[in-house]
Amino acid sequence: MKLELRGITKRYGSLVANDGIDLTVAPGQIHALLGENGAGKTTLMNVLYGLTQPDEGEIVIDGRPVKLNSPKDAINAGIGMVHQHFMLVPVFTVAENVTLGNERVRAFGLLDRRRMRREVSALSERYGLRVHPDARVEDLPVGVQQRVEIIKALVREAGVLILDEPTSVLTPGETEELFTIMRQLREGGRSIIFISHKLKEVQAIADTITVIRRGRVVGQRPATASDAELAELMVGRSVVLQVAKAPAAPGEVVLDVRDLTVEHLHGQFSTERVSLEVRAGEILGIAGVQGNGQTELCEALMGLRPVLAGSVRLGSRDITHAPPGERIRAGLGYIPEDRQEDGTVGDFSVADNMILDVYNQAPYAKGISLRLDAIRKVAGARVEQFDVRTSSIETPVSTLSGGNQQKVILAREIGRDLVLLVASQPTRGLDVGSIEFVHRRIIEQRDAGVAVLLVSAELDEIYALADRIAVMYSGRITGIRPPTVPVEELGLLMSGGLTDSDGAAPAPGEET
Amino acid sequence: MSDQPVELDTAGGDDGGPAEGQEEDRQRPALGRLVIQSVIEGNSLVVTTLAIVSAIVVGGLLIAFTDPVVLHAWGNFTSSPGNAIAQAWDSASGAYVAMFEGSIINPHSVAQVFQQKSLSVAFSDGAVSAVFNPLSETCVNATPLILAGLSVAIAFRAGLFNIGAQSQFIGGAMVCTWLGFGVSLPPVIHVVVCVIGAFVGGAVIGWIPGVLKAATGAHEVIVTIMLNYVLAYFLSWILGTSLMQRPGRTDLISPVIAGDAHLPLLLGSHLRVNASFLVALACAVGVWWLMERSTLGFEFRSVGANPSAARTAGMSVTRTWIVVFLIAGGLAGLASAAVVQGTDFTLTFQSYGTYGIDAITVALLGRARPLGVVLAALLFGALHAGGILMQAVTSTPLTITEVIQAIVVLFVAAPPLIRAMYRLHKATAGPAGQFLSKGWNG
Repeated sequence: MKLELRGITKRYGSLVANDGIDLTVAPGQIHALLGENGAGKTTLMNVLYGLTQPDEGEIVIDGRPVKLNSPKDAINAGIGMVHQHFMLVPVFTVAENVTLGNERVRAFGLLDRRRMRREVSALSERYGLRVHPDARVEDLPVGVQQRVEIIKALVREAGVLILDEPTSVLTPGETEELFTIMRQLREGGRSIIFISHKLKEVQAIADTITVIRRGRVVGQRPATASDAELAELMVGRSVVLQVAKAPAAPGEVVLDVRDLTVEHLHGQFSTERVSLEVRAGEILGIAGVQGNGQTELCEALMGLRPVLAGSVRLGSRDITHAPPGERIRAGLGYIPEDRQEDGTVGDFSVADNMILDVYNQAPYAKGISLRLDAIRKVAGARVEQFDVRTSSIETPVSTLSGGNQQKVILAREIGRDLVLLVASQPTRGLDVGSIEFVHRRIIEQRDAGVAVLLVSAELDEIYALADRIAVMYSGRITGIRPPTVPVEELGLLMSGGLTDSDGAAPAPGEET
Repeated sequence: MSDQPVELDTAGGDDGGPAEGQEEDRQRPALGRLVIQSVIEGNSLVVTTLAIVSAIVVGGLLIAFTDPVVLHAWGNFTSSPGNAIAQAWDSASGAYVAMFEGSIINPHSVAQVFQQKSLSVAFSDGAVSAVFNPLSETCVNATPLILAGLSVAIAFRAGLFNIGAQSQFIGGAMVCTWLGFGVSLPPVIHVVVCVIGAFVGGAVIGWIPGVLKAATGAHEVIVTIMLNYVLAYFLSWILGTSLMQRPGRTDLISPVIAGDAHLPLLLGSHLRVNASFLVALACAVGVWWLMERSTLGFEFRSVGANPSAARTAGMSVTRTWIVVFLIAGGLAGLASAAVVQGTDFTLTFQSYGTYGIDAITVALLGRARPLGVVLAALLFGALHAGGILMQAVTSTPLTITEVIQAIVVLFVAAPPLIRAMYRLHKATAGPAGQFLSKGWNG
């Protein structure tokens, strides 16, 4: 099946999300769509999947123009989509999920379960998906759930499969498996549109790479194109992909976490008996697939989540049960994972967000009176210093782009004297240019003698920044390694296939 | 959530910014364009004004078509349509003119002044006072609304719904009245003690929903509504006991408060406007300073706009709830001082009137800003003061003013309705809309 997009234009008010996009996906091709967040990839795919209608342009399948007014039209036209967040019913089996909305019925309206199962098995076999039709979806790991989504599309006879950022939830090993499956699908004559902002993955799997920037196609390259070339196309200027970094000079222990156990939420992952230390002037990277307790760990370190057992010491001080305000005053800086929910007050101005956690300290306050002149002065200087793109310091922060919001948070946190910086997914959703900026600032802090705890689901980021790498899986630290550790070993630690529980384990008190 | 529906992102997670592409558009436009844009986009001020105008028009229609004379004329519409329309116009305009004369200025009383022999005579026989009487009445009616409105507004800004201005009003009124008749103190001190008592009484009642929410998560809407009933019945009970019932009376009324506990009149003995109006204005300024210029207000606003970010930034959300409710309760309590010490000088089981509910209306209409609250309260005060004269002169029932108030709120609370009616483009939800959409899950 050959898919063509011709001159697709989609406007939202004055903003042109897609501007005359032409794209041709040949049969049996893996076509990568590369672009930063906000470049218009998702809008384009929503147009293609019938979720939104283009203002101009047409979609042509096998030489025939089609009109897609709903996902149903798209499915009938042979387009399948695997969303970033899966659309599965957790308590249903794989077979039930696959047939949901596409039920095969026997006489008297009975569900044809046998046929459902047979189809799932056949597809699973054919493409090496290794999914059991009777497994309940909630029991399956994320990588397998994703394969269920792929089967869902295949059962509906999708000729073109859209994968929207499929690797963001996968371990390196699972990513490899996904790539194998994608190649098999290609062999089977299906086309795949692979949406990503990760250069390496795109280079590894794609036949052709189309780069989108600000709603326009800015170039098409073969998979052999270099990192630098693709990054430059994406951002529109040349960027440094690897931030230069001198060897760390670790000082004394700043953060000492012992056997930290954090409240269970929803009976799911939290942290159990986590022990680690971070020294002044070093970056401890915490690798791991999202949802393995990293969020809870960070929140516990900030005092936002009650600690059930264990202790947290900052320098010589026990802060296990200190409220967040006290930790902030003790020199703990925090870049939260969810910058809109926890990091900024969207309705507040850039200036107010710059002082959000120091509003009651000199020079921003005198008694209970805010000193607006001091706030404005500092905010203006920080905007300059951190290159925050905003029309003024009075602009509501919610109107800024994600990268600029992150710069505001960064400016606020490292603008005060820190002892420890906890950075949780500091570059998630940011463009290549902003990532470079954030990385450089974090290393600057390290070099200034601040202890840095960096949590990231991006292995590239961990490798680029960390001086030591701790891996979290299922709420525990499965190992701490030097940054020279091979990626395969990290992958094993991340998936629980390897633990240090019997040796160099960081946890002195072993579980029984 | 984020600002614009740029990437309709079913896949979620994508918080990339549309902002960079718009950088050019965000340069400051010329003033003229700004005004036009704000009219076109229907910002809150425009919507509010149009809502008031619309409500007055709808109210006019109501006045006209509940008037038997008009209805009779319209019964004969086919024979004399001109007469029918003229009658309707006369009825509505007559009512509104009376309302204006009762709330702002009455030309007849102005004419009276010029018929006096000299200005000094005019002063001495009260003709000059009569000129200012409508304005004085507007201010008197507005005063408790300003204070109770500030109470609701301050809670709104902190993301809380204070439906309990009534209970806090009653709490303040009981303390204030008791101090007024039960204690004897030197003149000036007595006034001040009673006013402080009103604040404290209101604050104590306000503290209850605050602390319950902080400690147990009980929703403040439920708690404040229920407290309204508790306090109303408590008031009825205590007014029938020897603690507060006026000796020799069998109905529910307290003794009259001492003369030296009365709030001083501002413009002579003929006009009721008193010091509580100045107190209310001072409170409005104080609330503005608190919200915009103090660290406490910064906490309030942060907690209101994004509690989880506030918590992450080291603020105590629960403590903020308690403090906000203390202050809000105190302000509603002060409203009772304006009534007890300013105009009524006694307390009955109905003294709280509809101040608590009207306060919500005032706060919404005033967009939860102190200046807005003062203006909205003055509008409602004027409607009420004018309504009394309107009823006397034109036999239009006083309740029509309440209908107009209700319609104003209806329109203000539903900005899309106003935008649709006036074909304003683009939905930029005003603060009122934001409160409504945010607060209830709080």
